[in-house]
Amino acid sequence: MTSRSGTQNDDIVAIPLRHPWRWVSAALVVLILGAFVYSLWSSPNVNHSIINEFLFDKRVIGAAGLTVLLTVISMFIGTVLAILLAIMKLSTNPVLRIVSTAYVGFFRGTPLLLQVVFWGYLGIIYPKVEIGIPFTDFLLFSEKTSLVFTSLVAGIIALSLNEAAYAAEIVRAGILSVDSGQTEAAKSLGMSTGYTLRRIVLPQAMRVIIPPMGNEFISMLKNTSLLQVVAVMELYARTSQISSQNLAQVELLVVAGFWYLVMTTVLSWPQSYLEKRYGRGFSAPNQQQRWLRFSSKASA
Amino acid sequence: MTNDLMVDARSIRKHFGSNEVLKGINLQVNRGEVLCLLGPSGSGKSTLLRCINHLETINGGRLYVDGSLMGFREKGDALHEMRPSEIAKQRSHIGMVFQRFNLFPHLTTLENVIEAPIGVSGMSRAAAREKALELLKTVGLADKADAYPSQLSGGQQQRVAIARALAMEPKLMLFDEPTSALDPELVGDVLDVMRKLADSGMTMIVVTHEMGFAREVADRVVFMDQGVVVEEGKPKDVIDKPQNPRTQAFLRSVL
Ligand SMILES: Nc1ncnc2c1ncn2[C@@H]1O[C@H](COP(=O)(O)OP(=O)(O)OP(=O)(O)O)[C@@H](O)[C@H]1O
Ligand SMILES: [Mg+2]
Repeated sequence: MTSRSGTQNDDIVAIPLRHPWRWVSAALVVLILGAFVYSLWSSPNVNHSIINEFLFDKRVIGAAGLTVLLTVISMFIGTVLAILLAIMKLSTNPVLRIVSTAYVGFFRGTPLLLQVVFWGYLGIIYPKVEIGIPFTDFLLFSEKTSLVFTSLVAGIIALSLNEAAYAAEIVRAGILSVDSGQTEAAKSLGMSTGYTLRRIVLPQAMRVIIPPMGNEFISMLKNTSLLQVVAVMELYARTSQISSQNLAQVELLVVAGFWYLVMTTVLSWPQSYLEKRYGRGFSAPNQQQRWLRFSSKASA
Repeated sequence: MTNDLMVDARSIRKHFGSNEVLKGINLQVNRGEVLCLLGPSGSGKSTLLRCINHLETINGGRLYVDGSLMGFREKGDALHEMRPSEIAKQRSHIGMVFQRFNLFPHLTTLENVIEAPIGVSGMSRAAAREKALELLKTVGLADKADAYPSQLSGGQQQRVAIARALAMEPKLMLFDEPTSALDPELVGDVLDVMRKLADSGMTMIVVTHEMGFAREVADRVVFMDQGVVVEEGKPKDVIDKPQNPRTQAFLRSVL
């Protein structure tokens, strides 16, 4: 085998095929994009100094940080729940299967915005949170709901529970993609169901799970902006709060958009690392798989 | 009475829905015996092997391995299903080798072999590693310890699969057409490993179409058709002078 850069004496030396249409289409794209950016930039209605002023404003950066934090926490809780839901749905226990199906149906079947508002209003339905022994006076914990379920907590709950429903289907598809011969071999070696899942099935399922989960991560990052309605000061809420004071709506949208783009770009880097990590032992993806991966990303 | 028998299957039955696959199989395998199981496609050979290590639950009869009833506990007249952990424990003493190898593709050769000794038997990593390297040497793959299954030939993968099963120190080895998925020139290496294993005194049940191997290595040959044992005996009797017309027809088609 020769490495990509290494050549051997008897290697073929050929004149590479030319691709004129690639150059033409690239030029066209650059032209159109350039014209659009220029039109925005040169518009008298966009005040550049306001953009410059707020792009690195401490409040904006802090809000962007909160957005990342919300995304990571909600994604983590959502994924853990999703694995549980997927296992429940694949279990032989009919009660677990029905609970899982109902959960996914409920959380996918209602708008996320509605769910966010619901968790925000929890204090109205249940004014107090109490933990104790039912039918006795013994109370371990009692507090006003609004103090426990702060808008931040309500937001994280809403995002996590909703994410779990979507990710559960992704995890389930991943588990189903692993050949049944693997479970059989594991069983024949005396491995328990849980051990087989943890050490044999899930690591292989990861190959199938990671690309769509990257998608989910990016959706989640953008969906945090819905928490504006329960007054969580994430990036979108903060920029719209600022713009309601200085009336520079377009400029602050540009600021917010810039940071969302930076965050989604940076957060997609670990994906290729994870894909490599869990692709170990599997041969390189062929052209068809690469195309499928591309199209699954594009269908967001 | 069951004491000198490694496997004692007494009129076991297995059906999938209305499809009756095993119709009262009686099969006794002595300790250290090598038994080759022959039969046409669909006769129930794989199903029988899978019942022996309880990958399938039998619907009737009794199946003992090394004197203990597989998958159930007998209390008086009633049979109680075992807990999954107990079944897993029983299985850990029975090695199985599959037609399509079923190596764990995300683990290296060495990791494939040490996974169960560490995770199931609680062996230390160092001890498991040492033993695995020893086993890989005996199957002729000491230099492939760090390769992934996808980097090995079919014959090499199957030999790793045998090493993986042996790492659990099984008292019984089941082989389900271990060479059927291999290119002809790779079959020999796998059969050599199995021959060595037989010589070492391992109890083996081998489903195979390799008549040469059966004739040379098997202590006894059993011919199955449509879920029943049709004929059994010494290899030279069953393979060279079959009595039953069904056996005769089958052997004409494979030889
Ligand atoms: N899980 C299953 N569900 C339903 N039917 C099954 C299942 N496994 C096996 N069968 C049926 O049982 C019969 C025997 O199958 P089995 O695999 O044991 O045959 P075999 O003798 O191993 O054949 P081959 O030589 O082709 O491997 C077949 O008719 C098959 O369709
Ligand atoms: Mg079979």
